[in-house]
Amino acid sequence: MWEYTDKVQEHFTNPKNVGEIKNASGTGNVGSIACGDALRLTIQVDENDIITDAKFKTFGCASAIASSSMLTEMLKGMKLEDAKNLTNDDIAQALGGLPKEKMHCSVMGREALEAAIADYTGVMLPMAQGEVVCECFGVTDLEIIRAIKENSLASVEEITNFTKAGGGCGKCEGRLAALLVESTDKQSSPATAQKKKKRMTALEKIKKIEEVIEREIKPTLKKDDGDIQLIDVDGDFVTVSLRGTCAGCYSSQTTLKEYVEKKLREQVLDTLIVEEDK
Amino acid sequence: MAFSLDTVIYMDNNATTRIAPEVLDAMMPYLSDYYGNPSSMHTFGGQVGEAVTQARQSVADLLGADPGEIVFTSCGTESDSTAIFSALRTYPEKNHVVTTRVEHPAVKNLCDNLETLTGRKYHISRLPVAEDGTLDIERYKECLTDETAIVSVMWANNETGVLFPVEEMAKIAKERGILFHTDAVQAVGKIPINLKDSTIDMLSLSGHKLHAPKGIGVLYVRKGTPFVPFLNGGHQEKGRRGGTENVASIIGLGKACELAAAMMDEENTRVRALRDKLEKGLLSSVPKAILNGHPEKRLPNTANISFEYVEGEAILLMMNQHNICASSGSACTSGSLEPSHVLRAMGVPFTAAHGSIRFSLSVYNTEEEVDFILEKMPPIIARLRELSPFWEED
Ligand SMILES: Cc1ncc(COP(=O)(O)O)c(C=O)c1O
Repeated sequence: MWEYTDKVQEHFTNPKNVGEIKNASGTGNVGSIACGDALRLTIQVDENDIITDAKFKTFGCASAIASSSMLTEMLKGMKLEDAKNLTNDDIAQALGGLPKEKMHCSVMGREALEAAIADYTGVMLPMAQGEVVCECFGVTDLEIIRAIKENSLASVEEITNFTKAGGGCGKCEGRLAALLVESTDKQSSPATAQKKKKRMTALEKIKKIEEVIEREIKPTLKKDDGDIQLIDVDGDFVTVSLRGTCAGCYSSQTTLKEYVEKKLREQVLDTLIVEEDK
Repeated sequence: MAFSLDTVIYMDNNATTRIAPEVLDAMMPYLSDYYGNPSSMHTFGGQVGEAVTQARQSVADLLGADPGEIVFTSCGTESDSTAIFSALRTYPEKNHVVTTRVEHPAVKNLCDNLETLTGRKYHISRLPVAEDGTLDIERYKECLTDETAIVSVMWANNETGVLFPVEEMAKIAKERGILFHTDAVQAVGKIPINLKDSTIDMLSLSGHKLHAPKGIGVLYVRKGTPFVPFLNGGHQEKGRRGGTENVASIIGLGKACELAAAMMDEENTRVRALRDKLEKGLLSSVPKAILNGHPEKRLPNTANISFEYVEGEAILLMMNQHNICASSGSACTSGSLEPSHVLRAMGVPFTAAHGSIRFSLSVYNTEEEVDFILEKMPPIIARLRELSPFWEED
């Protein structure tokens, strides 16, 4: 059972400003049903650049609904300039705080606001231009770096709490740790940290990967009626195809991450990222 | 808000159950006056030992087992660990374990972590399930190898209630000389079990799922099955599990097993009818509601229903406002960011997995309660769908 503040309970039970503004000045859509939460925010902006109205529709848990409701309440009557500076922490504070595992709900509110403002002003969203780090939840490096800086995050777990990145298959945890180092400690350059690990030549690496797949991974998957083929190695990215019953099912991700990637990391190089050939 | 027994509508019996009043009554003397150690030589302790013997008999009777085959443990999880580790230690040369993709964490996480726990490499075959949550026996047969130390397959799934044909599977394992364990924590007390007619080698149960207290479990070990204890210590449980007995809970579990045997018919008639009424009612009154799991091959008390385009935690909190208790397989309630591994293994689409609600009944539920839920649920779902950007009335 989550510990929700009275404010969260109140905004969940009686959410304010539910719906969509017709012919809105700006619309922001973030999240997806696969991710477990999504928010559509519509705002109305007048000629003096003041937000006169805001409405939301949210799919998600109680804190996602409460964050959306609180956000729309805060926005109404706010200058667009001020809205641009609103942070996820402002939303969480207004609710009297959120459980730490639920901070991503406030982040979603803030992102929807940015998307709605971008839609209104026609200026491209800087965050969307980043490189996607967490593929399960579609989180970019720029979003992660900002969350780390603004909320002084200190661990991969905290990054997951705030952005959801790393909360799915977990494949990107290594990158998250690297981003954490990069954005909190400018002194230690991530480039040198990477160099230390890579001592093998590309050819040696491919050979070793092939060997581990043939010797260990293949026989195990065969017991489960599956099969695996090495398709390509590009830097740290290893592309494989899964055959038989593992292919395409939900658990193929689990097989990839929990077994294939783990094995290759243990025995070849701990920065390897295994991907399925689609 | 404090909930009292009078106002709460408890449909979360697969999570845990209420201690039956008769069970509590049976236990009380052993928490006060009869505090002797069952192993003691004096009559004061000895009489406690006799009560434990009686309880062991009651557990054995419910399972169709011999009292000597009953080993008391601290919980279902301990029973599962004991069974699997026992097999691995019995056959140190074998390195293969067969299980399913939908086990309770007590088995699933143990198998996932076997390598770290033992420092040895194990191959784990996790049998997939069909869309309705059932297993394919042919696939199972193909999985068994000469390296297989143990098969561990649950009897009934805790989330969907789907039953696996463990008796048939045990027979196949027997033919191959492979040990067979079943986590029957959700099955015991809900469906008739007769181990005399089967070749299941080990079976786990947990007291708190059948109206006994939390923190008491049993591992059934068939006579003649090779066994290595998990907890080493005193000679309790014939050396199969060290540690002074949790006497009061053992007495409680014995009583609970007697009650379960007496109420087996009611569970499979009246409780089943209530579950069916609840399920049919919800599926017909709420649009886009889907049943998860095979409609027949299922426990009589469990209904797992997905309400598309709404999120489970939000549903549960709204139900909570009406004092209705249930569970969800949504990401937000599982403490992770992904929905339940059981629903994902069944290929339930994300639109539905996040909005799944499990109702699990017991003999204490009434028709009035079912009617109350049938009245409250449709507006809750409709309200949340009003909020949902994915929901479009058609
Ligand atoms: C199928 C199954 N196995 C094992 C357990 C664990 O039992 P216990 O809570 O007694 O450790 C449970 C209950 O949570 C269960 O449902």
